[in-house]
Amino acid sequence: MARITMREAISQALWEEMERDPRVFILGEEVGVWGGTYAVTKGFYDHFGPERVRDTPIAEAAIIGAAIGAALTGLRPVAELMTINFAFSAMDHIVNQAAKLHYMFGGQMILPLVIRAVGGGGRQLGATHSQTPDAIFAHFPGLKVVAPGTPADAKGMLKAAIRSQDPVLFIEHATLYQTRGEVPEGDYIVPLGKSTIQREGRHVTIVTYSKMLEISTKAADQLAKEGIEAEIVDLRSLRPLDMGPVLESFKKTNRAVIVEEGWKSYGVGAEVASRIYEEAFDYVDAPIKRVAQAEVPLPYNRTLEQMALPQVEDVIKAVKEVL
Amino acid sequence: MTLSDETRLEMYWMMLLSRRLDERAWVLHRQGKIAFHISGIGQEAAQVGAAYALRRGYDWVAPYYRDLALMLCLGYEPREFMLSLMGKREEPSSGGRQMPSHWSLRRANVVSHSAVVATQCSHATGIGLAIKMRREDKVVLASLGEGSTSQGEWYEAVNWAAVHQLPVIFLVENNQYAISVPVEKQMAVPSAADRACGLGLRGVAVDGSDVFAVHQAFTEAVELARSGKGPTLIEAKMYRITPHSSDDDDRTYRSREEVEEHKKRDPLLVNRRILERDGLLTASRLEEMESRAKKMVDEAVQYAEQAPYPAAEEAAYPVYAEEVRHD
Repeated sequence: MARITMREAISQALWEEMERDPRVFILGEEVGVWGGTYAVTKGFYDHFGPERVRDTPIAEAAIIGAAIGAALTGLRPVAELMTINFAFSAMDHIVNQAAKLHYMFGGQMILPLVIRAVGGGGRQLGATHSQTPDAIFAHFPGLKVVAPGTPADAKGMLKAAIRSQDPVLFIEHATLYQTRGEVPEGDYIVPLGKSTIQREGRHVTIVTYSKMLEISTKAADQLAKEGIEAEIVDLRSLRPLDMGPVLESFKKTNRAVIVEEGWKSYGVGAEVASRIYEEAFDYVDAPIKRVAQAEVPLPYNRTLEQMALPQVEDVIKAVKEVL
Repeated sequence: MTLSDETRLEMYWMMLLSRRLDERAWVLHRQGKIAFHISGIGQEAAQVGAAYALRRGYDWVAPYYRDLALMLCLGYEPREFMLSLMGKREEPSSGGRQMPSHWSLRRANVVSHSAVVATQCSHATGIGLAIKMRREDKVVLASLGEGSTSQGEWYEAVNWAAVHQLPVIFLVENNQYAISVPVEKQMAVPSAADRACGLGLRGVAVDGSDVFAVHQAFTEAVELARSGKGPTLIEAKMYRITPHSSDDDDRTYRSREEVEEHKKRDPLLVNRRILERDGLLTASRLEEMESRAKKMVDEAVQYAEQAPYPAAEEAAYPVYAEEVRHD
């Protein structure tokens, strides 16, 4: 097993899938000659050629729309959105078309489409470049929405997404590309729609995903020094949402903190907390707490930006409140 | 391509059948038997002319909701149309899940579109991309109303098809109205075909009431697309004779005189005269076609009325192609 970055893990998954299946191709802004805004597809253009690594016009709606058209003919497009914030320009194709076509076709056609989108804040890119709108997309039946938090999951889940018969929104956090981790070599698959216990503990359950897995892990490290053992559940997939490990953990700890980078209102935490209350009410020993982004457009200035994003201290404080 | 006499008559027959089915849909709506109808009356010639220039069942089609005549040419059955109006289980587009006239027919390479106009154009561009990548000699037809050419989405799709020289033919069925908004409030150019020059593809305007003129224009465009020479935009000029949909009363925005004036260019009338002039369509032949159409429409309605509705629990699927649990 090699210790590689998230960027390398994603790149590896894409490369291997393109080698394995000639139907897989990449399209998006700057993905070809330039190698991708976050350098994920560096070297792909030279190896796979301009047809399978296609630089498109700056036209997000047409990128996703064309990817849908190509998928309907049986190809397996991987469309890259430079940032998830640009998904709003392609919103109709994502939520009105990709999410619904299989149903509206009465199952006549499948839509094996992957949309890779860079999400999240923390890089001082301002309010319209730094959002975490994951919950919006997870709201729509028909889409699969996933956001891995480790390099191994990124590789395994991207391979699973490319092989999926359904449209998948694959969210890569902008500040995780340099994160290193052990990643199995070769054909490593992590099924979509499976959450997992990332760290064991007995006093409190922290439910989180993506970048907030890193923040929550740091919080758990500090809490451990004070004798507080936090169990961390990584959702990995927002839709379908696998509550199994969450409930299993909660029934053991009876206390939960949900940590997400997006806004609290109508967010992932709201959904997970409701499910816990609905399905494990008898196990609740304290009100469930949510840690989330301040309800403001994310500011540019570093101090302001960090104030608005969930921090390790916020997680520690929330854990202590539920204990 | 020279059309045989039989083919020319068959093209008229497709227009006539479409018209009679469409008219019956209005009646069924007024009888309270269906929830919704959106009409293609007045647009049949352009659709049939286009369809007959395609290799039907081989080429791809991304249609829009007025394309009943086009769909019939692609093998869509009258009874399937009636099943769709009534939202019945065996309706082939979606088993009652999609609105009527939002066609999809896998067996004929027809892909479904949403009620959001112009989105089918990007799908067509993507299909064109796939055709080119596979080195196939197929083409894609994307049809839309003139109002849809105001959408940013339309420019994105057409621009891309032009940049990458994709085998797509965009058919703008310019019926003069986008619901209630007339064409002069939709575009500052006199013709939707003019929009093509700014995007770098061929733009052709044609009389949409003349089925053979449309066919000729399409034959050329299809040939170019098939031989790798890229996309064409064809504007067929016509008039929407009916209100926008069964939910619309067009008396609020256009005069009866205007509608009557345009009925003089009704494609059924125009093409009947052409075929009569050429000595092909006789009174007895026309009578035979009319009675055949009536019989087919009656049978289609009868069949669809007796067909079962979907069971309530069928609403739950098929959201995903793969099994997905929601717990």
